[in-house]
Amino acid sequence: MNASMNYLDGNAAAGELSRIFAMDITSAEGQCANCGAKRRFAEAHLYSHCPGLVARCALCGHVLLRFANVQGRVFLDLCGMKYLIFDERRQSNAPS
Amino acid sequence: MAGTAVLGRVTWRSAAVIGLHDETATARTIALAVRDWPGHIAGQHVDVRLTAADGYSAVRSYSIASAPSSDGRIELTVERLPSGEVSPYLTQQVMIGDDLELRGPIGGWFVWRRDQTEPIQLVAGGSGIVPLMAMVRSRASAGSIAPFRLLYSVREPETVFYRDELRALSNQGDSVVITYAYTRVTPKDWPRPAGRIDAELIASGTWPSNLRPSSYVCGPTSFVEHTTGLLIAAGHDREKIRTERFGATGERK
Repeated sequence: MNASMNYLDGNAAAGELSRIFAMDITSAEGQCANCGAKRRFAEAHLYSHCPGLVARCALCGHVLLRFANVQGRVFLDLCGMKYLIFDERRQSNAPS
Repeated sequence: MAGTAVLGRVTWRSAAVIGLHDETATARTIALAVRDWPGHIAGQHVDVRLTAADGYSAVRSYSIASAPSSDGRIELTVERLPSGEVSPYLTQQVMIGDDLELRGPIGGWFVWRRDQTEPIQLVAGGSGIVPLMAMVRSRASAGSIAPFRLLYSVREPETVFYRDELRALSNQGDSVVITYAYTRVTPKDWPRPAGRIDAELIASGTWPSNLRPSSYVCGPTSFVEHTTGLLIAAGHDREKIRTERFGATGERK
């Protein structure tokens, strides 16, 4: 296994981040503050081997999000993204 | 808004094990009755939390295998990882009547909704079949005729999940077209030698890109990167490909 393949994706962070965001973050569009790529958060590369979670831009590798829970204090750094757009029309959880 | 239920706060819920079924020598389906379950969409996952007597807890993500239903029941299929903390318990020790802690449903992007009518290409690597099976089952239970194809890569014939059900679903009218790829051992007299998915198999085993299918690719990270690259090289629009990656060992987190 190539060490550079040692990541998951934004889907795997959604459970932890649901403690903070009331709306689904995987379908939210975020813009990378470094390269300007606009992608769904689900597409970000997620590194979860560290004490917290680090999400990186799938295109340029820039850190988009850092999340850590240290003894009950939750740290969240979103400065790697210029914005997040949540789609209110896609929040339905009823069997469609 | 008719027909919409705003996603409630995702919280830990109690889920009772109501059924166990071995899919392969190393994978088990666990049926759960979940208290206050709000329903799910095919493709979503849940987090399962196990807490030891000393308070140590471990959380892992598992895809929902069952079709959406309103009866508060879901099924997970869990692959046992030799060095896993959670999967050995879920595949070998858990018993009917046990309670698990579960958070979800999670994720609104890697989902197939029953109102989607475009051609759908599913690409599964190993246990990546699980959320895609929920989509196949959702299509069947909704009576959808959306054209579905499934390209399912497995190590060997004995590691196929849901074999009989997939065979039955692929034999019906308006059926799901299934292509298997064997990476280590093939069935006897299989026309293609064992090997990972290549451009030729993408050409013969998936919808052509000019049909503009939506694709869902799920498996280990290396599998997802490899097959997504092949789909894009075959002319598929990256915007129409949704991916979900498992860890190198299959452990999601």
